[in-house]
Amino acid sequence: MIHFVLLISRQGKVRLTKWYSPYSQKERIKIIRELSGTIVSRGPKLCKFVEWRGYKVVYRRYAGLYICMCVNHDDNELEILEIIHHYVVVLDRYFGNVCELDLVFNFHKAYYILDEILIAGELQESNKRTVGRLIEAQDAMVEAAKEEASSISNIIAQATKNVS
Amino acid sequence: MAGGGPSLMDSLFQRSLDDLIKGLRLSSPDNKLNFISKSLDEIRREIKSTDPQTKSTALQKLTYLHSLHAVDMSFAAFHSVELSSSAIHSHKRVAFLSAALSFNPSTTDFILLLTHQLRKDLSSPNHHDVSLALSTISSICNPDLARDLTPELFTLLSSSKMFVRKKAIAAVLRVFEQYPDAVRVCFKRVVENLEGADMGVLSAVVGLFCELTVNEPRSYLPLAPEFYKILVDCRNNWVLIKVLKIFAKLAPLEPRLGKRVVEPICEHMGRTGAKSLAFECVRTIVTSLSEHESALKLAVEKMREFLLDDDPNLKYLGLQALAIVSEKHMWAVLENKELVVKALSDVDVNIKLEALRLVMSMVSEDNVMEICRILMSHALKSDPEFCNEILEFILLTCSRNVYEVIIDFDWYVSFLGEMARIPHCQKGREIEAQLVDIGMRVKDARLELVHVARDLVIDPALLGNLYIHGVLAAAAWVSGEYVELSRNPFELMEALLQPRTSLLPPSVRAVYIQSAFKVLTFCIYSYLGLNGDVASEPVSDTELDNDNVVITHKQTPSTSSSKHNLTQESIMSLLNLIETNLGPLAGSDEVEVQERASNVLGLIKLMKPRIIGGLNQSEEDKIKEELKASETIKLIYDAFSEELAPVSLNSQERVPIPDGLVLKENLNELEAICGDFKLPLSTSFSLVKTRMLEKDATSISECQSKEESEPSNESTSLLSEHRKRHGLYYLPSESKESVSNDYPPAHDPKDKAIDEAEDLVKLTEQSLVFKKKSNPLKPRPVVLRLDDGEKSNFVSKKLEVKEDLISGAVQEVLLGTEASTSSSISKLSKKSSKGVPELKDNTGNNDLSEVSLAGSGRKKHNKERKHKSSGKEKEEHNNKDKQKSDRRHSKHKSRQRADSALAAQSQVIPDFLL
Repeated sequence: MIHFVLLISRQGKVRLTKWYSPYSQKERIKIIRELSGTIVSRGPKLCKFVEWRGYKVVYRRYAGLYICMCVNHDDNELEILEIIHHYVVVLDRYFGNVCELDLVFNFHKAYYILDEILIAGELQESNKRTVGRLIEAQDAMVEAAKEEASSISNIIAQATKNVS
Repeated sequence: MAGGGPSLMDSLFQRSLDDLIKGLRLSSPDNKLNFISKSLDEIRREIKSTDPQTKSTALQKLTYLHSLHAVDMSFAAFHSVELSSSAIHSHKRVAFLSAALSFNPSTTDFILLLTHQLRKDLSSPNHHDVSLALSTISSICNPDLARDLTPELFTLLSSSKMFVRKKAIAAVLRVFEQYPDAVRVCFKRVVENLEGADMGVLSAVVGLFCELTVNEPRSYLPLAPEFYKILVDCRNNWVLIKVLKIFAKLAPLEPRLGKRVVEPICEHMGRTGAKSLAFECVRTIVTSLSEHESALKLAVEKMREFLLDDDPNLKYLGLQALAIVSEKHMWAVLENKELVVKALSDVDVNIKLEALRLVMSMVSEDNVMEICRILMSHALKSDPEFCNEILEFILLTCSRNVYEVIIDFDWYVSFLGEMARIPHCQKGREIEAQLVDIGMRVKDARLELVHVARDLVIDPALLGNLYIHGVLAAAAWVSGEYVELSRNPFELMEALLQPRTSLLPPSVRAVYIQSAFKVLTFCIYSYLGLNGDVASEPVSDTELDNDNVVITHKQTPSTSSSKHNLTQESIMSLLNLIETNLGPLAGSDEVEVQERASNVLGLIKLMKPRIIGGLNQSEEDKIKEELKASETIKLIYDAFSEELAPVSLNSQERVPIPDGLVLKENLNELEAICGDFKLPLSTSFSLVKTRMLEKDATSISECQSKEESEPSNESTSLLSEHRKRHGLYYLPSESKESVSNDYPPAHDPKDKAIDEAEDLVKLTEQSLVFKKKSNPLKPRPVVLRLDDGEKSNFVSKKLEVKEDLISGAVQEVLLGTEASTSSSISKLSKKSSKGVPELKDNTGNNDLSEVSLAGSGRKKHNKERKHKSSGKEKEEHNNKDKQKSDRRHSKHKSRQRADSALAAQSQVIPDFLL
């Protein structure tokens, strides 16, 4: 199973963290520091697996962004590489040519998409189109609600209610 | 207005998430913390707002800060709970996201408050709400939550919406872990999903079983036919990988299962273009099906393909698979030897490390020297980090199982010396330990060891290298302890006292001085011994003989020649050398250094007048003085000549407890008795006293030597008596004068049958026998080895109790309900009805007629009940020593139950597999 997912920029900035096993806040900070150090310093032509505290961290680099997943020793590393790529492709389809900034400003969306792909550290949906459809449906719901809430008449109604 | 105003202002002018992120990006690194704390203040205010939109935005911002900037957000837990009840999906989403990211299942109390909302959402008609709740449960599940929501999850496991169903299956894993009783409720439905047609659901179920089988695979053997069907029919690689993982766990438990699956697995391996699946096939074969030769050959071929691939990932995995297979089938590694060695010079450290591991696994008695030479040359070429990795592996492999692979210890000892001299070497600690260890264990290696130690101690350049101070300490100890094997004790003394020793840390320096002390004692001892007379002393006879024996045995001409050099002048110059070098150290700040230096100086003060004393005294007095001196020095020398030997951790255990000895008795009364022993024992180490009485050494030293010799004689006689009486408690080496001079050899090729559990007495007898059987050709020196338990003792059994609970429940469910679900039911029930009467004989209470008349469902039930009862019976036996608290009690019970169910089951399963 996947113990955690980290998205780290080349400068060592954290873009997303998701923990499927319990770690205290202190441990989390330590783990991030430790791993970003080792992973970012690795050259491009090396293998994408790092042994770490009896686990294995599988990572993949997309431009300046490293996506890392920590798995058990007997998990299939190549499968994890594919899961990472699967996630990135879904992100790419959703944002349309995704870049780091998209993730910076839409961190919650990155989480929602990840939640559709992984649950409890297991791959949940391997079909990219299905994930896309689900996220879009949820977004549509949110949009509908938002429009209603932020329409001018609504604000005026609320304001007058407050005044009276 | 007063109440509503700020809220409206907040919602209109609230900083959005975008604003926060932009602000953070714009602020300089120094200012960042400031900015965050300012934003936190805002958030604290906004989050209390009654307007859900404002609250939601605040919570979202806080979640951002928490997950990416590690800000503590425990204060907002209640607000997350509050917002989760919002009817608007986007708010709910924000609330649940924050909960999933920030709640800690074991410490956040607010999870309890979320139960109701989660239950409501789980049964909501909006499937997005349901899926949100399921993801949340999977992240924050704790036992209470799991217990309370089990019914809802049970319903969702057969939901008509596939995407809800598969999420429920994934979430149920966490629920099982937290609340094993949920297995009884949900397991049947989970199993039913194995036969579904939907790929997503299938993938989720297989993933779930993949996790469950990791801990207690045996419970899931009855499901093997279902998994087999998937393995053969499914064409989805994600699912196949998981199924292969399951079979990797199941196959070792049931040989016939292995025979069935090996063919489809090979088929997949040949057919698939996906490397991930191919690799999983390889791994499954090498871990669990390696006894199937043709499959293994195919797998090794595939590995070779991986090793030859340019992709570093595949190379790495190929090496790893080889490492797995090397445990049982070394030929696979040897076949790819050149590729492995080539990988040692790869650019990637991880690949190099894997290759190194493999190379070390190839080590055997025949090639250890060759491999070490190759690795050494690699170590010299590579960067410091990898160099040390290599050294560590060499040290570890060579010392494995008490130097199992080493035959030529002379070579190994000098190899260790070489290793210490590698500029990057940071493994001083390990080398140190091994040098001392070999010194103690391998008698025949001591001569070479002393030479290596001399070379290390004498080299002034080494003293500056911080990392090998430990090695130097070991070298100094060796040269002191086995000084009688040294070619030139004087040279050694100079080396031990060289000025650059001031670079050493105090602890090492103390060892140096102590060694100098031993060397000095030896020199004076042999000086006096050579001067005649002493040999005629009745006390010293045996010891001296021993000494001579050692020297003649080793046949070191140099030792005897050094003896000839011992003249009064040379001894005097030696004493002066020590005095000038150690004199200042008697005032050292470091207690260890100071104390030991004072010891040496004390001895010199004691001996000096005796040695030069003859000048203005009569011949008679001179002889008298020398006699006294030799007595003293003999005592000290004897104290050192007792050999140190490693003591097994288990040696105490092996001593049978004599009748009438109560080990846990209160020993307070013994103090009075012990007092008698303590006093003489402490005086036998007279050096302390020498130092104390330094002031007027001449007068006191006279009476001291008397005082000393008498009580210590007394003490030794007491000791020997004590030993005679309790001889059993001592290792043979300690009672050497009575039994033997040698250690029990561990590795004598002719006689491997040393029964570890045998009595110590027997062991010593055997050691005598072994001594005669020495191999004339090139014998491996005897390595003292106490028993195999030396290290394996540390391996503690870790039982994962919770997993046991799960599997216990699974056993119950499978045995109870499996019959009605799977296609192989009829066979199973037939088989089990046969099994029941057998069980009957054991329990013997129920009557046969009831069983045979009852329907198949009844039978199952009946059977299960009996398992429980037999489990309880067993439990009663174990009760006395194991059970303490109620909770543990119940755990134990369920484990017992699982065990007993298992016993019956193991007869049943194979039949319906085939």
